[in-house]
Amino acid sequence: MTITSTYYLVVAAGIFTIGAVGLLVRRNVIVMFMCVELMLNAANLTFVAFARALNDVRGQALVFFTLVVAAAEVAVGLGIIVAIFRRRRGATADDLDLLKDKAA
Amino acid sequence: MTAVIFFFAAAFALGGALGVVLSRNPVHSALWLVVTLLAVAVFFIQQQAPLLAAVQIIVYAGAIVVLFLFVIMLLGVDREESLREPIPFQRPAALALGAIVLAEVLFLAGHQWATGKTADSLHNIKGGATDLGGNVERVARSLFTDFLWPFEITAALLVIAVVGSVLLARRSGQPAQASIEPPSESTVQ
Repeated sequence: MTITSTYYLVVAAGIFTIGAVGLLVRRNVIVMFMCVELMLNAANLTFVAFARALNDVRGQALVFFTLVVAAAEVAVGLGIIVAIFRRRRGATADDLDLLKDKAA
Repeated sequence: MTAVIFFFAAAFALGGALGVVLSRNPVHSALWLVVTLLAVAVFFIQQQAPLLAAVQIIVYAGAIVVLFLFVIMLLGVDREESLREPIPFQRPAALALGAIVLAEVLFLAGHQWATGKTADSLHNIKGGATDLGGNVERVARSLFTDFLWPFEITAALLVIAVVGSVLLARRSGQPAQASIEPPSESTVQ
Protein backbone atom coordinates (compact mmCIF):
# COMPACT_ATOMS: atom_id res chain seq x y z
CA MET A 1 0.00 0.00 0.00
CA THR A 2 1.15 3.53 -0.65
CA ILE A 3 1.24 6.08 2.10
CA THR A 4 -0.32 9.27 0.80
CA SER A 5 -0.27 12.71 2.35
CA THR A 6 -3.64 12.11 3.96
CA TYR A 7 -2.10 9.54 6.30
CA TYR A 8 0.37 12.12 7.57
CA LEU A 9 -2.36 14.71 7.95
CA VAL A 10 -4.43 12.29 10.03
CA VAL A 11 -1.48 11.55 12.32
CA ALA A 12 -0.80 15.29 12.65
CA ALA A 13 -4.46 15.84 13.53
CA GLY A 14 -4.19 13.17 16.22
CA ILE A 15 -1.05 14.69 17.75
CA PHE A 16 -2.59 18.15 17.66
CA THR A 17 -5.75 16.96 19.39
CA ILE A 18 -3.86 15.11 22.10
CA GLY A 19 -1.80 18.24 22.72
CA ALA A 20 -4.89 20.44 22.88
CA VAL A 21 -6.71 18.12 25.29
CA GLY A 22 -3.57 17.85 27.42
CA LEU A 23 -3.34 21.62 27.60
CA LEU A 24 -6.90 21.74 28.89
CA VAL A 25 -6.62 18.84 31.31
CA ARG A 26 -3.19 19.16 32.93
CA ARG A 27 -2.45 21.78 35.56
CA ASN A 28 1.31 21.42 35.84
CA VAL A 29 2.66 24.42 33.94
CA ILE A 30 5.66 22.56 32.52
CA VAL A 31 3.53 19.73 31.16
CA MET A 32 1.20 22.30 29.63
CA PHE A 33 4.23 23.72 27.84
CA MET A 34 5.09 20.27 26.50
CA CYS A 35 1.55 19.99 25.15
CA VAL A 36 2.08 23.26 23.27
CA GLU A 37 5.23 21.73 21.79
CA LEU A 38 3.15 18.73 20.65
CA MET A 39 0.72 21.03 18.88
CA LEU A 40 3.56 22.92 17.17
CA ASN A 41 5.01 19.60 16.04
CA ALA A 42 1.69 18.58 14.54
CA ALA A 43 1.63 21.87 12.61
CA ASN A 44 5.19 21.19 11.37
CA LEU A 45 4.18 17.74 10.20
CA THR A 46 1.29 19.25 8.26
CA PHE A 47 3.60 21.80 6.65
CA VAL A 48 6.00 19.09 5.52
CA ALA A 49 3.21 16.85 4.25
CA PHE A 50 1.84 19.65 2.07
CA ALA A 51 5.33 20.65 0.96
CA ARG A 52 5.72 17.15 -0.44
CA ALA A 53 2.23 16.97 -1.90
CA LEU A 54 2.53 20.34 -3.63
CA ASN A 55 6.20 19.79 -4.51
CA ASP A 56 6.89 23.19 -3.00
CA VAL A 57 9.87 23.50 -0.70
CA ARG A 58 8.55 26.70 0.88
CA GLY A 59 6.50 24.55 3.22
CA GLN A 60 9.75 23.17 4.61
CA ALA A 61 11.21 26.66 4.94
CA LEU A 62 8.20 27.70 7.04
CA VAL A 63 8.92 24.89 9.48
CA PHE A 64 12.12 26.71 10.38
CA PHE A 65 10.14 29.70 11.56
CA THR A 66 7.91 27.47 13.67
CA LEU A 67 11.05 25.98 15.23
CA VAL A 68 12.44 29.43 16.02
CA VAL A 69 9.18 30.54 17.58
CA ALA A 70 9.03 27.33 19.62
CA ALA A 71 12.58 27.83 20.89
CA ALA A 72 11.92 31.47 21.82
CA GLU A 73 8.65 30.53 23.47
CA VAL A 74 10.30 27.84 25.58
CA ALA A 75 13.13 30.16 26.63
CA VAL A 76 10.82 32.96 27.75
CA GLY A 77 8.14 30.65 29.14
CA LEU A 78 10.53 28.65 31.26
CA GLY A 79 12.08 31.94 32.44
CA ILE A 80 8.64 33.04 33.61
CA ILE A 81 8.06 29.65 35.29
CA VAL A 82 11.39 29.90 37.12
CA ALA A 83 10.52 33.42 38.28
CA ILE A 84 7.10 32.27 39.52
CA PHE A 85 8.40 29.19 41.30
CA ARG A 86 10.99 31.26 43.12
CA ARG A 87 8.18 33.15 44.85
CA ARG A 88 5.72 30.34 45.50
CA ARG A 89 6.78 26.74 45.41
CA GLY A 90 4.64 24.07 43.82
CA ALA A 91 2.27 26.41 42.07
CA THR A 92 -0.01 24.91 39.45
CA ALA A 93 -1.68 26.93 36.73
CA ASP A 94 -4.83 27.25 38.86
CA ASP A 95 -2.91 28.86 41.73
CA LEU A 96 -1.72 31.74 39.56
CA ASP A 97 -4.78 33.90 40.01
CA LEU A 98 -3.22 37.20 41.07
CA LEU A 99 -5.34 39.11 38.58
CA LYS A 100 -8.58 37.47 39.69
CA ASP A 101 -11.19 39.50 41.53
CA LYS A 102 -11.30 37.63 44.83
CA ALA A 103 -14.43 39.43 46.03
CA ALA A 104 -16.53 38.14 43.17
CA MET B 1 8.29 -1.26 3.69
CA THR B 2 7.41 2.43 3.69
CA ALA B 3 4.00 1.56 5.06
CA VAL B 4 5.48 -0.56 7.84
CA ILE B 5 7.83 2.25 8.89
CA PHE B 6 4.98 4.72 8.70
CA PHE B 7 2.67 2.74 10.93
CA PHE B 8 5.45 2.04 13.44
CA ALA B 9 6.33 5.74 13.59
CA ALA B 10 2.66 6.70 13.81
CA ALA B 11 2.16 4.36 16.75
CA PHE B 12 5.21 5.83 18.48
CA ALA B 13 4.16 9.40 17.75
CA LEU B 14 0.62 9.00 19.05
CA GLY B 15 1.70 6.79 21.95
CA GLY B 16 4.34 9.33 22.96
CA ALA B 17 1.82 12.14 22.77
CA LEU B 18 -0.56 10.19 25.00
CA GLY B 19 2.33 9.50 27.36
CA VAL B 20 3.06 13.23 27.66
CA VAL B 21 -0.52 13.92 28.68
CA LEU B 22 -1.10 10.88 30.89
CA SER B 23 2.17 10.75 32.86
CA ARG B 24 1.80 11.96 36.42
CA ASN B 25 5.51 12.78 36.66
CA PRO B 26 6.77 15.72 34.52
CA VAL B 27 10.11 13.95 33.92
CA HIS B 28 8.27 11.04 32.32
CA SER B 29 6.27 13.50 30.24
CA ALA B 30 9.51 15.02 28.94
CA LEU B 31 10.84 11.57 28.01
CA TRP B 32 7.61 10.67 26.21
CA LEU B 33 7.91 13.97 24.36
CA VAL B 34 11.28 12.79 23.03
CA VAL B 35 9.59 9.66 21.65
CA THR B 36 7.06 11.76 19.76
CA LEU B 37 9.74 14.14 18.47
CA LEU B 38 11.85 11.26 17.13
CA ALA B 39 8.81 9.70 15.44
CA VAL B 40 8.03 13.04 13.78
CA ALA B 41 11.66 13.16 12.62
CA VAL B 42 11.10 9.76 10.97
CA PHE B 43 8.05 11.23 9.21
CA PHE B 44 10.21 14.11 7.98
CA ILE B 45 12.71 11.68 6.48
CA GLN B 46 9.89 9.79 4.79
CA GLN B 47 8.58 13.05 3.38
CA GLN B 48 11.94 13.88 1.82
CA ALA B 49 12.86 16.52 4.35
CA PRO B 50 16.12 15.13 5.79
CA LEU B 51 17.39 18.57 6.78
CA LEU B 52 14.32 19.22 8.88
CA ALA B 53 14.65 15.79 10.47
CA ALA B 54 18.18 16.64 11.58
CA VAL B 55 17.13 20.06 12.82
CA GLN B 56 14.18 18.51 14.62
CA ILE B 57 16.42 16.15 16.54
CA ILE B 58 19.10 18.74 17.29
CA VAL B 59 16.84 21.61 18.30
CA TYR B 60 13.89 19.80 19.85
CA ALA B 61 15.39 16.70 21.40
CA GLY B 62 18.77 18.29 21.94
CA ALA B 63 17.92 21.76 23.18
CA ILE B 64 14.28 22.18 24.08
CA VAL B 65 13.72 18.91 25.95
CA VAL B 66 17.02 19.33 27.77
CA LEU B 67 15.86 22.81 28.79
CA PHE B 68 12.62 21.30 30.09
CA LEU B 69 14.51 18.72 32.12
CA PHE B 70 16.86 21.39 33.45
CA VAL B 71 13.97 23.47 34.73
CA ILE B 72 12.19 20.43 36.19
CA MET B 73 15.31 19.48 38.12
CA LEU B 74 16.15 23.05 39.17
CA LEU B 75 12.68 23.67 40.53
CA GLY B 76 12.11 20.21 41.94
CA VAL B 77 8.60 20.08 40.54
CA ASP B 78 8.82 16.39 39.74
CA ARG B 79 6.21 15.60 42.36
CA GLU B 80 3.16 13.70 41.33
CA GLU B 81 0.19 15.81 40.44
CA SER B 82 -2.90 15.44 42.55
CA LEU B 83 -5.95 13.98 40.90
CA ARG B 84 -8.26 16.53 42.44
CA GLU B 85 -10.32 18.42 39.88
CA PRO B 86 -10.56 22.08 40.88
CA ILE B 87 -13.20 22.87 38.29
CA PRO B 88 -16.06 20.38 38.11
CA PHE B 89 -16.46 18.55 34.81
CA GLN B 90 -13.18 19.97 33.51
CA ARG B 91 -11.94 16.64 32.12
CA PRO B 92 -15.16 15.54 30.39
CA ALA B 93 -15.52 19.03 28.90
CA ALA B 94 -11.92 18.95 27.71
CA LEU B 95 -12.40 15.53 26.13
CA ALA B 96 -15.59 16.68 24.39
CA LEU B 97 -13.83 19.76 23.04
CA GLY B 98 -10.93 17.56 21.94
CA ALA B 99 -13.30 15.29 20.03
CA ILE B 100 -14.77 18.32 18.30
CA VAL B 101 -11.30 19.61 17.38
CA LEU B 102 -10.28 16.21 16.03
CA ALA B 103 -13.43 15.99 13.92
CA GLU B 104 -12.84 19.49 12.57
CA VAL B 105 -9.20 18.91 11.67
CA LEU B 106 -9.90 15.56 10.04
CA PHE B 107 -12.76 17.15 8.11
CA LEU B 108 -10.44 19.91 6.91
CA ALA B 109 -7.71 17.43 5.98
CA GLY B 110 -9.98 15.47 3.72
CA HIS B 111 -12.01 18.16 2.04
CA GLN B 112 -11.48 20.05 -1.07
CA TRP B 113 -12.92 23.42 -0.11
CA ALA B 114 -10.39 23.82 2.69
CA THR B 115 -7.19 22.79 0.96
CA GLY B 116 -8.08 23.69 -2.62
CA LYS B 117 -7.78 20.07 -3.62
CA THR B 118 -7.82 16.85 -1.70
CA ALA B 119 -4.35 16.04 -0.52
CA ASP B 120 -4.21 12.83 -2.54
CA SER B 121 -5.02 14.51 -5.83
CA LEU B 122 -2.16 16.94 -5.32
CA HIS B 123 0.27 14.23 -6.31
CA ASN B 124 -0.64 14.86 -9.93
CA ILE B 125 0.55 18.45 -9.90
CA LYS B 126 3.75 19.06 -11.86
CA GLY B 127 4.46 15.39 -12.29
CA GLY B 128 3.48 14.61 -8.73
CA ALA B 129 5.39 14.53 -5.51
CA THR B 130 8.72 14.09 -7.15
CA ASP B 131 12.01 14.00 -5.39
CA LEU B 132 12.63 17.22 -3.51
CA GLY B 133 16.24 16.50 -4.34
CA GLY B 134 19.09 18.67 -3.23
CA ASN B 135 16.98 19.31 -0.20
CA VAL B 136 19.40 21.53 1.69
CA GLU B 137 20.08 23.72 -1.32
CA ARG B 138 16.40 24.13 -2.13
CA VAL B 139 15.43 24.94 1.44
CA ALA B 140 18.32 27.38 1.76
CA ARG B 141 17.44 29.08 -1.51
CA SER B 142 13.86 29.49 -0.38
CA LEU B 143 14.92 30.69 3.06
CA PHE B 144 17.34 33.31 1.77
CA THR B 145 15.24 34.59 -1.12
CA ASP B 146 11.50 34.19 -0.51
CA PHE B 147 11.75 34.40 3.25
CA LEU B 148 14.76 36.67 3.72
CA TRP B 149 12.89 39.40 5.59
CA PRO B 150 11.05 36.99 7.95
CA PHE B 151 14.38 35.24 8.48
CA GLU B 152 15.98 38.49 9.65
CA ILE B 153 13.02 39.17 11.92
CA THR B 154 13.38 35.77 13.58
CA ALA B 155 16.98 36.70 14.38
CA ALA B 156 15.66 39.74 16.24
CA LEU B 157 13.03 37.53 17.90
CA LEU B 158 15.69 35.18 19.23
CA VAL B 159 17.77 38.04 20.61
CA ILE B 160 14.70 39.48 22.32
CA ALA B 161 13.85 36.06 23.77
CA VAL B 162 17.36 35.56 25.15
CA VAL B 163 17.44 39.04 26.71
CA GLY B 164 13.97 38.51 28.15
CA SER B 165 14.76 35.14 29.69
CA VAL B 166 17.98 36.42 31.23
CA LEU B 167 16.07 39.36 32.68
CA LEU B 168 13.35 37.07 34.05
CA ALA B 169 15.80 34.63 35.57
CA ARG B 170 17.68 37.38 37.37
CA ARG B 171 16.78 37.97 40.98
CA SER B 172 15.29 41.45 41.18
CA GLY B 173 17.28 43.98 43.17
CA GLN B 174 20.52 42.09 42.69
CA PRO B 175 23.13 42.41 40.02
CA ALA B 176 22.96 39.75 37.37
CA GLN B 177 24.42 36.52 38.61
CA ALA B 178 24.97 33.31 36.77
CA SER B 179 21.85 33.04 34.68
CA ILE B 180 19.63 30.05 35.22
CA GLU B 181 18.69 29.83 31.56
CA PRO B 182 21.36 28.05 29.58
CA PRO B 183 21.70 29.88 26.25
CA SER B 184 21.68 26.58 24.40
CA GLU B 185 18.70 27.17 22.14
CA SER B 186 20.05 30.48 20.91
CA THR B 187 23.39 29.01 19.90
CA VAL B 188 21.76 26.05 18.19
CA GLN B 189 19.62 28.31 16.09
